[in-house]
Amino acid sequence: MDPSAETGDAVPARSIAADLSVPGISPGVDTVVRLGEFHTFEASGERFGYMVPSAAVFAFDACAKAITDALANGPRAIGELSAALAPTFRPDEVWDTLGELYRARAIDEDRAAKPAPKILPLTVIPLQTLVVNVTNQCNLACEYCYEYGEDKIVDTENGAQPKFMSEETAREAIDFALRESGRTAMVTFFGGETLMNFPVLKKTVSYARARAAEVGKDIDFSLTTNATLLKPDVIEFLADERIGVTISIDGPQEMQDKFRVFSNGMGSYELVAPKIKALLARHKARPIGARVTLTKQTLDVMKIYKHLHDEMGFWEVGFAPVTTAPQRGHAISDEGFDHLLGQFRLLAQDFLKASLEGRHHGFSNVRETLQEIHQGHAKAYPCGAGIGLLGVSTDGNVSLCHRFAGSDAHSFGSVTGGVDRDKQAAFLDSHHINHKTDCQSCWARPICAGGCYHEAHTRYGSTTGPNLHYCEWIRGWTHTCLEIYGELAVKNPGFLRQFDGADDEAPQRH
Amino acid sequence: MKHLNAINRKASRVEAVTEPAAATDVVALQQGGQPPQQPEGPHIPPGCSIVFSPGWEADRTGGTAGLCQPVERDLFDCHMGCFWPAQVPDQLNHAPDWTAKCAAAQKDWRKIDLVFPG
Repeated sequence: MDPSAETGDAVPARSIAADLSVPGISPGVDTVVRLGEFHTFEASGERFGYMVPSAAVFAFDACAKAITDALANGPRAIGELSAALAPTFRPDEVWDTLGELYRARAIDEDRAAKPAPKILPLTVIPLQTLVVNVTNQCNLACEYCYEYGEDKIVDTENGAQPKFMSEETAREAIDFALRESGRTAMVTFFGGETLMNFPVLKKTVSYARARAAEVGKDIDFSLTTNATLLKPDVIEFLADERIGVTISIDGPQEMQDKFRVFSNGMGSYELVAPKIKALLARHKARPIGARVTLTKQTLDVMKIYKHLHDEMGFWEVGFAPVTTAPQRGHAISDEGFDHLLGQFRLLAQDFLKASLEGRHHGFSNVRETLQEIHQGHAKAYPCGAGIGLLGVSTDGNVSLCHRFAGSDAHSFGSVTGGVDRDKQAAFLDSHHINHKTDCQSCWARPICAGGCYHEAHTRYGSTTGPNLHYCEWIRGWTHTCLEIYGELAVKNPGFLRQFDGADDEAPQRH
Repeated sequence: MKHLNAINRKASRVEAVTEPAAATDVVALQQGGQPPQQPEGPHIPPGCSIVFSPGWEADRTGGTAGLCQPVERDLFDCHMGCFWPAQVPDQLNHAPDWTAKCAAAQKDWRKIDLVFPG
């Protein structure tokens, strides 16, 4: 048989999937094919596809590009498609490419798509990170705070829980972490202001190291603090114990002092800046990151980054838009999100430039997204909360994550009684991506999966729904990160190898 | 894949799991190189017809002019695990096109295909 380049009619009736071990399509020239679900992006002059829902990234050659372009306006018969692409591409080349596109699920026979299977974890996933709220008290009174502000879930002022975690409860939390974890238990101390309970924290670290050695597991510590209580002895302790530190700080003085204030309204910048510098000078064992809350009033990402990274010396800076109900004065509007995306893109270009030159860049949002893209995480759940990550309140109640610590409605058991597996299973069942109808047509769902439970709860009163207010933002930002990923894949693939060894499943965020 | 290039780790996994299954094929015991290949195991041929040893398929020069005759079954590889299926009369030939199709056995043995006694 001699395939005709003119008509494509003489292409042998063969199966583009016949050689595959999976059931597929067995088309002839009359078979109509359509595009599968994927998102295209260009980088370094090449065409790429981000496959949905697999999260695989493929680069397309000219023929694959021509085929997918030709199918962009709707399904076509293979014979007709092949004829349309001749003589630029030979029919056998088109057939080969169709086979590969089918393997990647970039095309399919024109039939109703099968619903994605709902796969729930069949076995208990070991705990990876336990966030221990050692206090629910804070010495600052940030207006936007999700724990104290207008959007709080739990009454931390007059509630039933102790204001400070006791030494005994902290030990029980450690025992719980070592019992539920795999080889390594990661413990993150949180608050309130974590260091307001420094005495218990200090004793707990010592207890935990001894217990971990007894049971033959590794244990790792980190904490988040507002830096107001970073006294010299605290800094010594954090450095000596190699405790990972994240500082909550919003930028230069005028931004920090807008919301991060004491109860008398006084800004905290002047107090924290020298303490942070002392910490950065002494604590070299682990990279120290800044965690910035962005509000309607503080959206100048470039300026904030420059101050925190270049001037203060943070190793990395991560930005998170404030979690809040839409009517609050600090809530970011739709236009604000557009502006924010522009700012993120500018800083991301900086990141790309540095990475192409082999220099470190501290914009951690892009780094984390690149890692997820590189691994190809296709998430059924937006984060590890309730799976590999749990939060503990001051009374030892175990919850979905630290943001829900102390909330009875989001309780998963206790550090003494263990995880309520039925509750956990019910949670995973009801929060699966398949139930988020709006996400089913979104190409960014493998990486977003509907977004933060706490954000959804604050905005919509329920953890089950997706965060529809930032869909455009997520798609815009993911697209930018894909472009950066593509540029790096072409121009500096060695850079991406740092993400090879990362854990393959269950990404954790907190 | 030739037209798509797997960029991230998931793409490599997709490529691996959708790799067309290797077709089950008849292979010569001496065939080297990439799969399909015989499974690992002791090299004891159940018959000599797929071993390119001088004698049955090719003579000691690699040609077909001086193939061993039934009477010579005790020569070359006809000992050990190899056996001569039956005594056949000299000069009897069920494959008259042998030379035309299979000038070099190592290269051309597939061209002989099946030979049915006429």
